[in-house]
Amino acid sequence: MKPGSLAKNPSVLTFLLVLAVFTLGVTVLSDAYGSGLISTSMVKTLGKTLCLCLIAIAMDLIWGYTGILSLGHFAFFGLGGYMVGMWLMFARTRDIVLSSAGGALPMTPQELSDAIATQIFGVVGTSELPAVWAFAGSLPAQLALVVLVPGILAFVFGWLAFHSRVTGVYLSILTQAMTLALSLYLFQNDSGLRGNNGLSGLQNIPGLEAAGQDALSVWFLWASALALALGYMLASFIVSGKFGSVIRGIRDDEARVRFLGYSVESYKLFVFTLTAVIAAIAGALYYPQAGIINPAEMAPIASIYLAVWVAIGGRGRLYGAVVGAAFVSLVSTWFTGGRVPDLNLGFYTIKWVDWWSVLLGLSFVLVTLFAPKGLAGLVDLAQGLRSPRRGGTPLGPDDGALQEREAVE
Amino acid sequence: MPPLPLISRTSGAGMRTTFLALMASLCLALPGFAQDTAPQPQTTDLSQPALTGLAAVLAAHADQIAKPSRQTIGPVIAAIGAAGPGAPAFLEAWADKRVGQRKDGAFFLIEKTGDGYALIDPMTGTPAGTAPKAEITELKPNSGVRGLIASALVEFQLMDPDPAKRQAAMDSLARDGGPEHLEPLRAAIEGETDPAIRAQKERLERLLTIRFGATSEKRVAAIESFGADLGLDLRGALNPILVTRRTAFVDAPSGNIAAELRAPRQISEDEAYKLLVSQGLAPARLTRADLRAALEAHIENGTVGGFALADLDSPAARDAAYTALEQAGTVPAAATDDEVAAAVAAHRYADVYAEPDAAVTDAARTAMKRITLKVDAMQMADLGLDALSLASIYFLAAIGLAITFGVMRVINMAHGEFITMGAYTGYVVQQFIADYTVSILVALPLAFAVTFLAGVAMERLVIRHLYKRPLETLLATFGISIALQQIFKNVFGTQARPLTSPGWLDGAWVLNDVVSISYIRIAIFVLALIFLGVFLFIMNRTRLGLEVRAVTQNPSMAASMGINPDRINMLTFGLGSGIAGIAGVAIGLFAKVTSELGSDYIVQSFMTVVVGGVGNIWGTLAGATLNGTLQKGIEWLNPSNTLAAQTYMILFIIVFIQFRPRGIIALKGRAAGD
Repeated sequence: MKPGSLAKNPSVLTFLLVLAVFTLGVTVLSDAYGSGLISTSMVKTLGKTLCLCLIAIAMDLIWGYTGILSLGHFAFFGLGGYMVGMWLMFARTRDIVLSSAGGALPMTPQELSDAIATQIFGVVGTSELPAVWAFAGSLPAQLALVVLVPGILAFVFGWLAFHSRVTGVYLSILTQAMTLALSLYLFQNDSGLRGNNGLSGLQNIPGLEAAGQDALSVWFLWASALALALGYMLASFIVSGKFGSVIRGIRDDEARVRFLGYSVESYKLFVFTLTAVIAAIAGALYYPQAGIINPAEMAPIASIYLAVWVAIGGRGRLYGAVVGAAFVSLVSTWFTGGRVPDLNLGFYTIKWVDWWSVLLGLSFVLVTLFAPKGLAGLVDLAQGLRSPRRGGTPLGPDDGALQEREAVE
Repeated sequence: MPPLPLISRTSGAGMRTTFLALMASLCLALPGFAQDTAPQPQTTDLSQPALTGLAAVLAAHADQIAKPSRQTIGPVIAAIGAAGPGAPAFLEAWADKRVGQRKDGAFFLIEKTGDGYALIDPMTGTPAGTAPKAEITELKPNSGVRGLIASALVEFQLMDPDPAKRQAAMDSLARDGGPEHLEPLRAAIEGETDPAIRAQKERLERLLTIRFGATSEKRVAAIESFGADLGLDLRGALNPILVTRRTAFVDAPSGNIAAELRAPRQISEDEAYKLLVSQGLAPARLTRADLRAALEAHIENGTVGGFALADLDSPAARDAAYTALEQAGTVPAAATDDEVAAAVAAHRYADVYAEPDAAVTDAARTAMKRITLKVDAMQMADLGLDALSLASIYFLAAIGLAITFGVMRVINMAHGEFITMGAYTGYVVQQFIADYTVSILVALPLAFAVTFLAGVAMERLVIRHLYKRPLETLLATFGISIALQQIFKNVFGTQARPLTSPGWLDGAWVLNDVVSISYIRIAIFVLALIFLGVFLFIMNRTRLGLEVRAVTQNPSMAASMGINPDRINMLTFGLGSGIAGIAGVAIGLFAKVTSELGSDYIVQSFMTVVVGGVGNIWGTLAGATLNGTLQKGIEWLNPSNTLAAQTYMILFIIVFIQFRPRGIIALKGRAAGD
């Protein structure tokens, strides 16, 4: 009997269990449904962290498993956020306009859309609803766009890039350029998405005003946890089967997989598009919790930080990505929040708000140099797994050649 | 208040006596005063028979000069102007309100002193004593008169012996010359000795002729005499001639017509109707807001004109309700859509020149066409220069990267921070050396040294261990980039630091009114050329270059030939970083030096290297040229939006990579690797 994907990935059950316990614990300690030990803003932070874990899984799939260092997945994350943000902002503004409408006559559709447009776009000096907002009034349409817009963008970009055999660092730079182009485009006031003002007020969900932020934050935590669980299961299903073997093969030696008759480009394209969609869904869940989205969030640096999380957590393992994203983003929040005591060196006082980036950058370098497995390597250590010591000079000209000490053993 | 009347009663007598004393002293003083002024009229009386020149004119027109009016003063000013010596100074003073008339009728140039005026004889320009305030009436001609005086003055100023004054006069004429200046200007050309000013005068004369010439032949001739001159002044003279006004006509358009416009195609219905309304040819259209207000004003029992309020949520329903009200006579008739269409169709529209003379407008239009063509060509040249300077900036920023990325296949995300490091080195040097020229000359090698060392340190500590893992080099160097950037922020603060260029780099090299390029950009261009030369020399003519090329092509083979690849890699990386530092100094001279300076250029630099092709300096050059030209070209198409330009440029590059994945100049054969 062939073992199922769950059996091949015993970590999935552990992961789901931990996630369930975590979600339950937060719920029990939350303001809305429990003792109130965890504040609403902390619940939001935790919920956002779960979304970041989800995009980290996507990053791990594309980088850790397929070997494509994409520096553009935060662009998809942001696009997902924009798509859901458009509905949130439109619907909420519509409610406000309708409730504050003066005059005896009911509004015509034109008047209504003009009033909404003036409310939303007054800040960038226009009062016409741009064409991209055509579906903003409908929640199902915008939810479909959450998947479709980043998916199609990723498909087109990936198709172009993979079919011209752009690989390695070239591809990384190209994805970075795509992200930069997108964020620069969104920074313009006439892009139709409010320029650098971005979309705001997203934490208010139209139709759910009665629930209150404390309950909403827990609901979003549940939704994020559910999305993360589904994403994790999907990712482990993908990497466990034959498909997983092929993409790992592509990571290790693309040319050989191609010579074995696999359509390398199609595999890459599939993974690229799928991970873009996962990233977009994570973004669509993240930004209603963050409350505001603007193009600065999509700058290339964000995508690079994503790579940092996955690398520190340990790439090539799904739980590594999750651990890395959760660990680094929470520690980062802690350090930049100004609650870490200053370190007094006698001649200089290190304020962590200023020096945290330095610490992060350097520890990232150290992890890359000395612990390529990241935090997840600790698990190996605990299980007694060690990689072979490949010391000495290589005996052959190729990268994977036997090395002196290895040959002796 | 009871005490007050008491006091006034007691002091009443005292006050009366002082008043009397005052009167007496005044009476005593008066004769003396009269004696004092008496001789003055006598002197003028004495010179009366010999009155000539300016004095005669002033005496003849004294009344008009004292109370000038714009309508009648013209001949008087002309007479004064022709009166000979002293006239220009007098006119000038008159226009400046520095002329006074004494009680006896004589005019003087006056200067305020403590309690009176110092008088200057207008004829001779010599001091003529003083006068108390009461004796002098200041002449204050109104602005219309002052304008007439000023234009009369122009003639004198144009022939002033001082060239600076002549120049100033022409500048003011060029700004706001009028038809009345044409004659004085023509008269002033003859006697002009300075050839440069003479040429200017002749040019100005032709410009004024274009606008104010007497006959249309003369004006056309003046227009044609310029050919395709690029001067802004010429365009300034031609443009007012070509101003048109859009006008609606009930029947055939009249006047000097530029173009007739057919209603739906060349002029939109909306615009046409607005034109009709503004000319009073049609009633105003009912706006949506007015419609709404009118309907709301006539709500009766929840209905308007028989329509329920709740139904009035579409434009069609509202129109119907309004029509119902209209028929009932409760609201005034307003133009509906078909009425608008009919009114628009019933009229004809044309752009009409304000200038009535068709021959002149035709000539002006052809001249403008010629000029525009030439200006476009010049703008292209200017754009080319801009693109060239941007390309050299990209080249400078990318050349270091091209060395590390191209030669060693190592991607250095911290390259941008090395650029920043160079700029900050320049800033620090300027804190110690005040002379900007010297400080730049010190900063360039110092920046090279600092970033060379930083590059070598990074290579030794980090990159050396990651040669087999290029993607991880990218990440590790990115970590260094984050750390360095934050360190810069902590040390230098977030605000921009000044890196001032030496004085001789200020200003621009101006070729004509369209084409100009600042010296700093020329300097950067020269610097880029120098780097190209140095790089080529090192790579092709030195031992180091030979070894670098050998290691690039095949490290193991190079090693077996006695080359130490470690040392070569280290030096190459240091060289690339050092060049980034020098580029940083150059970029810092015109950009703001902040901790983010380098990251603004990093993506562009990568693009340059990738587009150009890896491992080839000519490729980098081609990539920089392509990127610079492209960005400037897109900016030219869409000048208001540099963000959009960058977006489209990156999109173009992404597409470009599809067709030439290995860049413009791709290595072939074994050197290309994989």
